[in-house]
Amino acid sequence: MALPYITSPTVTYLVWHTVYALLVIIVLMTICAYAVLAERKISSWIQNRVGPNRTILPILAYIPVLGPFVQRNGLSQPIADGLKFLFKESVTPKHVKKFYYILAPCLSLVPALTTCTVLPFGIWWNDQHAAQPLVLANLDVGLLFILAVSSLGVYGLVLAGWSSNSKYPFLGGIRASAQLISYELAMGVSILPVFLWSARPMAPLGSLEVGGPVSPLNLFDIVQSQEHLWLLFWQPVSALVFLVSVFAETNRLPFDMAESETDLVGGFHTEYGSFKFGFFFVAEYAHMLVGSAVFVVLFLGGWNFFPYIPDPWPHNVVGSVLSVLWFLAKVLSFVFLFIWIRWTIPRFRYDQVMKLGWNVLLPLAVANLFFYLILFAVFPNL
Amino acid sequence: MAKVIERKPLTFWERTYLPQILGGLRVTLVNMFRRAETLEYPEQRPTIPPGYRGAPTLVKDPEGREKCVSCQLCEFVCPPKAIRITPGEIPFDAPTAHVEKAPKEFEINMLRCIYCGLCEEVCPEEAIWLQDVYSIAGLTRASLVHDKKKLYELGGTRPDPYRKWDKKLAAEKAHAEGGHH
Repeated sequence: MALPYITSPTVTYLVWHTVYALLVIIVLMTICAYAVLAERKISSWIQNRVGPNRTILPILAYIPVLGPFVQRNGLSQPIADGLKFLFKESVTPKHVKKFYYILAPCLSLVPALTTCTVLPFGIWWNDQHAAQPLVLANLDVGLLFILAVSSLGVYGLVLAGWSSNSKYPFLGGIRASAQLISYELAMGVSILPVFLWSARPMAPLGSLEVGGPVSPLNLFDIVQSQEHLWLLFWQPVSALVFLVSVFAETNRLPFDMAESETDLVGGFHTEYGSFKFGFFFVAEYAHMLVGSAVFVVLFLGGWNFFPYIPDPWPHNVVGSVLSVLWFLAKVLSFVFLFIWIRWTIPRFRYDQVMKLGWNVLLPLAVANLFFYLILFAVFPNL
Repeated sequence: MAKVIERKPLTFWERTYLPQILGGLRVTLVNMFRRAETLEYPEQRPTIPPGYRGAPTLVKDPEGREKCVSCQLCEFVCPPKAIRITPGEIPFDAPTAHVEKAPKEFEINMLRCIYCGLCEEVCPEEAIWLQDVYSIAGLTRASLVHDKKKLYELGGTRPDPYRKWDKKLAAEKAHAEGGHH
């Protein structure tokens, strides 16, 4: 007997896409949790100590070879951390503005997670052997969406600083808002040459409409345009300015003003306890992960193998899986770079941060843009 | 003579701070592959230097006799009054009868002990020693009051080059037999 609702194409589409979205979210959150562990382990190796290596799960610890391996490498630490954040007593101080105090962590986490919906993380080939991205939403304006939504994360920080009604968070919120606004301009202007390249007259055809024009802001097309040479080598100044801006946008050292632990106790998250602090924590690492993924997509060629070396994987399911794994490898090495730089370079002073953003990066990005404009105008056949 | 340090102006690349950042990254990378300095506590223990003031213990001499004579000097000198002694008699027919006293009860309350070592300094019989026991834990307050049995168990035996009691016994015997002292 036919069941019209269950087998209708709309329902199938919805179910599959829900499963797909859940998978992406699960993978993203797992990588975030393990990024916290990676930060602790890598920072401890840099400091000549051993990171977390004692956490045991009740039954897993007694499996002969696997148990001690998991324990010694601290692999069950994120689970312990997650449970701790969940079950700790959540104290709301009397002096905060309750509604905004509770709203701020959500405002911080939601944009960070939303930006991952337009990130392509792999490639698959459909029945006509045309390349299609593995992505949750192949938006025409993918990159604009990412820039816009990640700017919303500023509100979370500022609101946290303001609603906490106390000196240290206030200062942290103010510094964070000024810093984030300053570096967004440089970030936006520095990637315009990337669009000039991916939408050039000689570009291969776009992926959204068969035979249609390339949409320059579409992230998949940007990756496909880097099949031969990664943009990192071709536009190094853009890459450098964008890298510095991403460090500033995710509030990572050396641009740690918002939560500078040595100046401002906890910065904007001083007054936050268990689960709300967990939100901020995860939001920071999710932001970092999405920032590295965007850098990999824009400048490191996404899932393309190496410059001028064609992909060694076949154009089928195996190839898709391998492309996803290669993409993840690049993103994770970028996260390693974030962590490495955090534990190497001291923090900038507040006026140095402002000067760098407005006096150095913005003119450099604009000059870079003019250079590439003139270059593409003089040599239209690149 | 003041030494003038020449400060060269920074080159273009140095003013971008990129070479310095790369140098710093190299230092950190090299450190990542060095062995960690951490002492993993329960599996590896730190080396305790001699003279370390751990928990106070009572010792026996190489012949298995208890050295404490319950003179109570340690009880009176202890700043937080952690030691409580009940002196007792040695029966007349015991081999160490010439010593005349031995403690009937000897308690050190580890919750009060400040590990200062004054009891070790003041003891005339070298019977109480602060040895290398440093991690003491218990589930009740009563279990952290070390009684005589526990103290001797923690203390063990110490070598004794002086043999004070044997020499005294020998001297008394010689005196009783009329020899010169």
